[in-house]
Amino acid sequence: MSEKIRKYVEKDAEENGYYVCPDPDLYEDLLDGLVENQERYGYPSCPCRQASGLKTYDADIICPCEYRDADVDEFGMCYCGLFVSEEVNEDPDKLEPIPERRPPEILETAMEAEEEPELEESEDIPVWRCKVCGYLAAREGPPPICPICKAKADRFERFNFNTG
Amino acid sequence: MEAIKKVEGKKKEHDVKLFALSTCGWCKKTKKLLADMDVEYECIDFDLLGEDEKKEMRVELKGYNPAVSFPTIIVDKDCVIIGFKKDDIREALEG
Repeated sequence: MSEKIRKYVEKDAEENGYYVCPDPDLYEDLLDGLVENQERYGYPSCPCRQASGLKTYDADIICPCEYRDADVDEFGMCYCGLFVSEEVNEDPDKLEPIPERRPPEILETAMEAEEEPELEESEDIPVWRCKVCGYLAAREGPPPICPICKAKADRFERFNFNTG
Repeated sequence: MEAIKKVEGKKKEHDVKLFALSTCGWCKKTKKLLADMDVEYECIDFDLLGEDEKKEMRVELKGYNPAVSFPTIIVDKDCVIIGFKKDDIREALEG
């Protein structure tokens, strides 16, 4: 399991132009955390964030999380430090805590929900568009809360690439 | 692994509480720093709590840190350090 996750992380970093955590101890700890979460929840959610155990609500923090690109752009590293920019890779002293971008309301809503919402079965994963900010997400159901503008699930609509 | 435990240390001048996740690498660094400094503290591994305890602790943590992120270190009930900020932790505990 551990080697499988390591390979998955390293391949993903390479494909996206990122580097893996340049602090060897932190890197191993983060991989261990991902393995633990995979075993605990059935998916590798961010080791530095509390997951709810309900996949619909945790989808945005399954590694690589939806906040990674914005955080690497702004801070040179993702929230936990598993993925970093070239600059941070060359100077690991630049690895430091960064602010949490994920809205706390997502976990709060999940903790109140206590069970997965029922979703329609479909062969293709639909794309959902936030009517407030235009954020697009491909997943079985709309995100419970928009990770960008915090609009609720009912503000999402099915998005069709042909008609917009 | 126990979710809430008292970690022994020789330095007991401050009341120190750490909100952590057992899976988090930065929380691990924080625990190591506190151990190196030989500070006594209360350690809460949030992810290991029961569901009801999580709800309770979440309210408490949110009062200190609205983002409810980990690690959060509370010194003497009023000094709140969010994230593994080495220098801030040293200053709060040694200053």
